[in-house]
Amino acid sequence: MEHIRTPKVEQVKLLDRFSNKSVTGTLHLTATHLIFVESNSASAQEIWILHHHIASVEKLSLTTSGCPLLIQCRNFRLVHFVIPRERDCHDIYSSLLRLLRPVSYDELYAFSYNPKQNDQQREEGWQLIDLAAEFERMGVPCDQWQMTDVNREYKVCKTYPRDLYVPITASKPIIVGSSKFRSKGRFPVLTYFYQEKKAAVCRCSQPLSGFSARCLEDEHMLQAISKANHNSRYIYVMDTRPKLNALANRAAGKGYENEDNYSNIRFQFVGIENIHVMRGSLQKLLEVVGTRSLSMPDYLVGLENSGWLRHIKAIMDAAIFLAKAVTVEGASVLVHCSDGWDRTAQVCALGSLLMDPNYRTIKGFMVLIEKDWISFGHKFADRCDQLYIDPKEVSPIFTQFLECVWQLTEQFPQAFEFSEWFLIQIHEHIHSCQFGNFLGNNQRQREDLQLKERTYSLWAHLLNEKQLYLNPLYSPSFAESHPVLEPSTQAYHFKFWRNMYHQYDRSMHPRQSILKQVLTLKESNRELEATVQALKTKLQKFGVSTSPLKPKTPPTERSLPPRPRSLILGAPLLSRKEVQQEEDEEVFGEEALEDPPASTGGERTVEGSSATENGYGDLPGSFGPKNEPTVVTLEFGVARMTC
Amino acid sequence: MEFAELIKTPRADGVVLHRPFMPTVEGTLCLTGHHLILSSRQDNTEELWLLHTNIDSIEKRFVGSLGTIIVKCKDLRVIQLDIPGMEECLNIASSIEALSTLDSLSLMYPFFYRPLFEVIEDGWQLFIPEEAFKDLESMTDEWRLSEVNKDFSVCPSYPSLLTVPKDIDDESLCKAASFRHGGRFPMLSYYHKKNGMVMMRAAQPLTGTNGRRCKEDEKLINATLCAGKRGYIIDTRTIAIAQQAKARGGGFEQEANYPQWRRIHKAIERSNVLQESLIKLVEACNDQSHSMDRWLSKLEASNWQSHVKEILTTACLAAQCIDREGASVLVHGTEGTDSTLQVTSLAQIILDPACRTIRGFEALIEREWLQAGHPFQHRCAQSAYSNGKPRSEAPVFLLFLDCVWQILRQFPCSFQFNENFLIMLFEHTYASQFGTFLGNRVAERVKLQLSQKTVSLWSWVNRPQELERFLNPLYEPNNLVIWPSVAPQSLLLWEGIFLRWNRSTKCLDEAYQEMVHIIEYNKELQNKVNSLRRQLAQLETEDSPLQTP
Repeated sequence: MEHIRTPKVEQVKLLDRFSNKSVTGTLHLTATHLIFVESNSASAQEIWILHHHIASVEKLSLTTSGCPLLIQCRNFRLVHFVIPRERDCHDIYSSLLRLLRPVSYDELYAFSYNPKQNDQQREEGWQLIDLAAEFERMGVPCDQWQMTDVNREYKVCKTYPRDLYVPITASKPIIVGSSKFRSKGRFPVLTYFYQEKKAAVCRCSQPLSGFSARCLEDEHMLQAISKANHNSRYIYVMDTRPKLNALANRAAGKGYENEDNYSNIRFQFVGIENIHVMRGSLQKLLEVVGTRSLSMPDYLVGLENSGWLRHIKAIMDAAIFLAKAVTVEGASVLVHCSDGWDRTAQVCALGSLLMDPNYRTIKGFMVLIEKDWISFGHKFADRCDQLYIDPKEVSPIFTQFLECVWQLTEQFPQAFEFSEWFLIQIHEHIHSCQFGNFLGNNQRQREDLQLKERTYSLWAHLLNEKQLYLNPLYSPSFAESHPVLEPSTQAYHFKFWRNMYHQYDRSMHPRQSILKQVLTLKESNRELEATVQALKTKLQKFGVSTSPLKPKTPPTERSLPPRPRSLILGAPLLSRKEVQQEEDEEVFGEEALEDPPASTGGERTVEGSSATENGYGDLPGSFGPKNEPTVVTLEFGVARMTC
Repeated sequence: MEFAELIKTPRADGVVLHRPFMPTVEGTLCLTGHHLILSSRQDNTEELWLLHTNIDSIEKRFVGSLGTIIVKCKDLRVIQLDIPGMEECLNIASSIEALSTLDSLSLMYPFFYRPLFEVIEDGWQLFIPEEAFKDLESMTDEWRLSEVNKDFSVCPSYPSLLTVPKDIDDESLCKAASFRHGGRFPMLSYYHKKNGMVMMRAAQPLTGTNGRRCKEDEKLINATLCAGKRGYIIDTRTIAIAQQAKARGGGFEQEANYPQWRRIHKAIERSNVLQESLIKLVEACNDQSHSMDRWLSKLEASNWQSHVKEILTTACLAAQCIDREGASVLVHGTEGTDSTLQVTSLAQIILDPACRTIRGFEALIEREWLQAGHPFQHRCAQSAYSNGKPRSEAPVFLLFLDCVWQILRQFPCSFQFNENFLIMLFEHTYASQFGTFLGNRVAERVKLQLSQKTVSLWSWVNRPQELERFLNPLYEPNNLVIWPSVAPQSLLLWEGIFLRWNRSTKCLDEAYQEMVHIIEYNKELQNKVNSLRRQLAQLETEDSPLQTP
């Protein structure tokens, strides 16, 4: 609190990013959030911005109407305030500068966030995902693979989890020897086991081969992985880096496997660029799509020049290669990059998702993230800039993974139990630091921070709201007919993910959401089934026998209708009262209340459909007084419909 | 002329047909006067019926004595026929070429087609101007129906009945017509019931280099303004192009002569540019290289999406002038038969909920395209694959459909029809068994006696059996103006047309079916609940005397 000089500023203007519209309201600064409350009581919108979400604050030069403050968020929100007095602006600015750069983990929101749960509930939340059970589901341990305790004390590899799975023929000395020959000690371990063909997906970091070094233990290790699979005489070694990068690493004593030294390996580069290229690419992409009055050629050229979709496609291509090698050839694959925690995580996780329908369910997707990202030490703290450490370590690696999954949902609308809203919500929380899951860089660090005792699990929170994230078109039978997804890699299948990168830009979205409409209908179907049942019971009291209802979907207990609070899904269905309640309890939903809460729960509105917002072109020399209302009224502009 | 003269080899056996994402079929190929037919001998399920008019171009290849004909269709499909025997193959290829490039309208298939269904509601009688005028009359008495163009002499490309301001007599109309390109004087396109504002369309005024003016033309458009009100003229050309038009006798409205009007110039491209764009886009979509950069740069170079954005933006602007500014609008380009119609018809879709129903949309096409004289025959003679010398082909109507699709994507619950309806319309403008899109103007259609000699597309489409597949299950009528986003991020490539034959849609189709299923199940349940409630209510009223103590 000591950093907050001015907790409240009135008469602040909020400018729309893409049009000339603005609203006036009050800005509040709390220990955790920056809050803007619109003063127009009729449609009073509130914007809640978590300090952790703020990527940068910029004070622009003074204008006649005040001092502009530009805030860019990691969840791709961009807000532009104009504060009447420069003094206030400066106070907010300097407070934010301090607040958005926490220096120690203890300052993170997760350690103060309290969702009014008791210790038992919290513990249960952390027990939701059990990786040992996941390996068991895959069929490990088995006659060829076993759990090793070499890393129980994090002695062999500090960034790996305690429990690791290796071939039974890989003895302790081989493991230790191999780990010494691998960057950061990240020796080859099992991450996914394809039971049908007994083929394994293993991961590691680059070998310290330099120009000529070799390591017999490491060679034995790969041999052991190969031997564990009787279906194939060889294993693939996928180096996910471009060949040039791998070559350059040799000069630093690192590099890649020499096919002459390893028997029966098929070595392959797949050419995914490094974290710095990815960071630059996203920055370029955001610059392009953030341009006002963007022309079509500038958009398409910008999209191409950013290289973003090319990178997404490269990751997807690699994952498809992996899935094909395993499921078609029945070969085991060893995946690595440099340190084996960025590109390797992307390719292993996406490859597993292609091979195993379980990872396409809500729970299964959580397990996948827990396994390939959290436990194997993707450096979330560094990559997501949770603590201000090194801007060169920040990179949207995990965002790319989520986007690849979204691209797949576009090709296979029935394959996933969750909708894109689920992916966006997870993305929100890798930066929010509201839950413990993504804090820190590896398991050892998380244990040191005692996250399970001091913070809550995101997975429990998301499962609680599962209704919101369901894909209404999901078909479990699709998984049976398509156990392995074979996406097309034609370039035109890769699209700009508008709902992610413009999630807060109301004017960009379809004005009616099919997703929300079908979700609502499905929910209504469940309620109607219950009503039919209840009516039949009543009728039976009158001695009327009715044919038993054969529900097409099993009736479930009545639950609350979905209340998506997303621009993508349309206006939130929160009532004013509930908002009040949330405030009272100081339980701040992560997604700020962007929209005016609809007056009644049953109403749907055609989102932000207004002529002024879209900027079709300024009418030259408009005659007479313009009767453009500052706030779009419901009468025209925003279409309104009632169920 | 007998078709038989053009058919050297009427049939060939052992022909193998390759189609994208479908199993190959072997069978007998037959050529008739209007169709290319392939039927497999085993069972008659796998058949290809292709109208010759749908064929845009063909390519021949030979490996030994096995010939291959690659047939590229106007609906953008590409199929391959392997024909044993070099002579057969050459004969068939030359027959297809001859039959698919027949110029004579009277030889077109619609004149030979006999429907296999009973015509219950004749599409030719569905959308007659008198009926539309009756609707207008119920809202305002400011307009009258003029017969000045009865014999198409005042304006050859206008219909015989025209809606014009009440206070303007036929003589003035004739004078105004002589001042507009092709005689296309300003006439009513749309009346906005909410505020009484109107949208008119015309062709460019013939001001020429010496700045000619025409009092009647000025009077005509001023008659549509209420006292003290002003209006907007939307010229679909850039100011530079409009200036250049002066040299050829055309031009634009001078401020001095039209003081009550403010002119806005937009930049919708002319037809030859659009055709070039279509060819490039289709080429990009058929590119089999999987390179991301190559795809994006080709997509950009085609400029197709830019055209979509520009047209949609202009239509939104027109709608904005009418609905938000409360001003009347006059739209024109050069001839007033292409970009003008794109703008006026799209603006109506935005403003008028009636245009978002199936009947309303058909009426819109009838009014703003067919009767308004869009030269369908010229514009749709060739498509993206043609090797022929380009004449005046242009995907003007396809761009309109693309824009409608963009709005449909953004307001998926506001249209009674679905994407299939738009795709079907696209197909029928290029090749059809129906007479609806034959000819270039009403006068021509009257002369060809289309309404007597051919079947209307609407007679077929509006049958409940056909209509079903064009209905949007998500439709919920709403009476509001719908403002689409025209940001490039909001505009998508219309995959249903351009990637239609390049990708497997099995997964997407199944998902769509699932959505339909959910919606239908909901209706079913609601009916069930209602009937149970009624049953219960009845029992309760019967029982109530017993239950009351």
